[in-house]
Amino acid sequence: MEHLPILVVAVPLFVAFAIPLIDKVGGGRYAKEGVTVGSLLFSLIGMILLLKRVAALGPQVYVFGAALPTLTLPTGMKVPIRIMFEVDGMSAFMALSGSIAALAAAIYSIAYLKDETGKDRFYVLFLLLVVGMLGMELTGDIFNFFVFLEISSIASAALVAFRYYKAESIEAAIKYMVVGSLSALFVLIAVGFLYGKYDALNFAAIAKRMEFSWADKIALALLVVSLALKCGAVPLHMWLPDAYAEAPASVTALLVSVSQASLYGLFRVCFSLFGVKMSTLTVGWIVIIFGVLSMFIGVTMALVQKEIKRLMAFHAISQTGYMLLGVGVGLAVLGNPFDLKSYGLMAMKGGIFHIINHAMYKGLLFLTAGAVFYRAGTRDLNKLGGLAHNMPWTTVYFIIGAAAIAGLPPFNGFASKLMIYESVYKFNPILSIMAMIVSVLTLASFVKIFQSAFLGPQLPEYKDIKEAPMSMLVGMGILAFVVVFFGLFPELIVRTIVDPAAKALVDQASYISKVMGGM
Amino acid sequence: MRMSKIVRTITALLFWAVLVFGFYIVIHGHLTPGGGFQGGAVIASSTALFLIAFSKDEFLRKYKDVFLSVAESGGLLLFISIAFLGIGATFFYNFMANSGGIFGSPTPIGINDGDLNTAGTLPPMNIAVGLEVFGGLSLILLFMFLGAYLKPFSKESEVHEE
Repeated sequence: MEHLPILVVAVPLFVAFAIPLIDKVGGGRYAKEGVTVGSLLFSLIGMILLLKRVAALGPQVYVFGAALPTLTLPTGMKVPIRIMFEVDGMSAFMALSGSIAALAAAIYSIAYLKDETGKDRFYVLFLLLVVGMLGMELTGDIFNFFVFLEISSIASAALVAFRYYKAESIEAAIKYMVVGSLSALFVLIAVGFLYGKYDALNFAAIAKRMEFSWADKIALALLVVSLALKCGAVPLHMWLPDAYAEAPASVTALLVSVSQASLYGLFRVCFSLFGVKMSTLTVGWIVIIFGVLSMFIGVTMALVQKEIKRLMAFHAISQTGYMLLGVGVGLAVLGNPFDLKSYGLMAMKGGIFHIINHAMYKGLLFLTAGAVFYRAGTRDLNKLGGLAHNMPWTTVYFIIGAAAIAGLPPFNGFASKLMIYESVYKFNPILSIMAMIVSVLTLASFVKIFQSAFLGPQLPEYKDIKEAPMSMLVGMGILAFVVVFFGLFPELIVRTIVDPAAKALVDQASYISKVMGGM
Repeated sequence: MRMSKIVRTITALLFWAVLVFGFYIVIHGHLTPGGGFQGGAVIASSTALFLIAFSKDEFLRKYKDVFLSVAESGGLLLFISIAFLGIGATFFYNFMANSGGIFGSPTPIGINDGDLNTAGTLPPMNIAVGLEVFGGLSLILLFMFLGAYLKPFSKESEVHEE
């Protein structure tokens, strides 16, 4: 059980390396798909067990290459010298969300990519992307974080270019690659600053000795900007609509979670690495401004789109704004225990709950868009119409996803948005009102998709199309189930996974002492 | 597309020297500067020599591209398998160091000639990385070389979309 943190990452990695060989020796017709889904299922179960373990025993560390997994400080050493994973409530929460999305996307891919070539490479890259994402979320070492960030950037750029015969895919992939390398370089420079100053790469070891001098401020600025760039916050969002729209639908559903891994990195840096040593009010307001801009500009850009996946991609930007707003409010009042207790923690819980909700319903919506494209052959809303006659299940899934993103009860988006509205209102009423307006606009644009793609009379050119194949329905079904379940039992979810995640972010002391021993 | 006889003869001679030097860097990774990546890159440079001096047809007769990609993923698999073998203690645990077996001699302390038979799992991991880098870089070189023979995109290839 104590090996769980590494197993959830290492097993998909092992399978990723084995797939080319399995492909060479033959294997069954669905060998690649089988081992991919199997390893992701293993990861998901492992994550659930790990989450339980973290809830029962507090943060878990895993030190690579040590005689014991928990041996963070080798004998006679004052600082940790080995790479380690440190899993607290927040890491486990993020990795759980990512592994659900990855499993659903992998099952969906089986039928979605049936007629494409280069599937062995697709599954290798897909698994590497999952490994990069989980690694970023579980690691306790800032250089290790950079390495996993690079793995996920390279894998996602290659996957965006999967349909290499389309010029738009290549353009989107090059854009993603440039942006990804740029932000990774910024992170590397920041790591250099911190390493030069503290001779340590471990989050906890740096955080313990954090002085917040000029070098640290430069590192903080570089980290915040580069991670905001990677999670697609306005004004650094220019790569995101292209990449999300051009990647195959199953990859897009996973890319949503991968962007959130960068969001997690941003929160980890702000809360656990710098924490109250920096001016949390200033940095909190910067994060809030990123959030409000993303919410508003994302949704207004989405309203004018005519292409279904591009529209959803702009909504992804807009929804990221909610998470930045919620957690940003928590960050702004971090130094003030009274405000933190009265509404800050609730805002953070709302923002964090919105992360998993968004990963689920936005993944679901991208998968339904993929199903529409798979059958109808176009993503242009002006050409689509009347698909509800032929694709009833896809329509139902779309309704679930659209209702959730618009924040209608009883779906999960309602629960987290309500938490954000209520608590942010106490911080600053204008922010809360803006969040509500954005939610209304979101509903408007999803009504537009629903009306123009699914409703209306059956069009002659779509007379003969069938429902999406089985594996795609199963993939969408998993996410739809989670959306409905979270919407029906929000209190259970908040109590079991969201609350520990928010508390873990705030509790910097126990994050540090788990590695560095008593303070 | 072959180069002159002089170039080919010199290449045929140098090819083996490059290979031997690359293997030397890989196998001494735990004692001297360098290691799996650097050595693998040196070995892969033999691919570049071969491709330029002889032709792609000659190269593909000697190597199959299946061989290169098996070398690539085999190296990766070997690496992560060695990491998994240590899981009795932890992932990546160096279970071979100081065990007395292969690569298991105790490391001498102080200035010494360098004992190749030390460092436990590091040399096998260097070999795995060397294999992977050789396979991967050679494949990249091969595909870039083959790309030079491609015709520029015509109008017909653009109709192919959606």
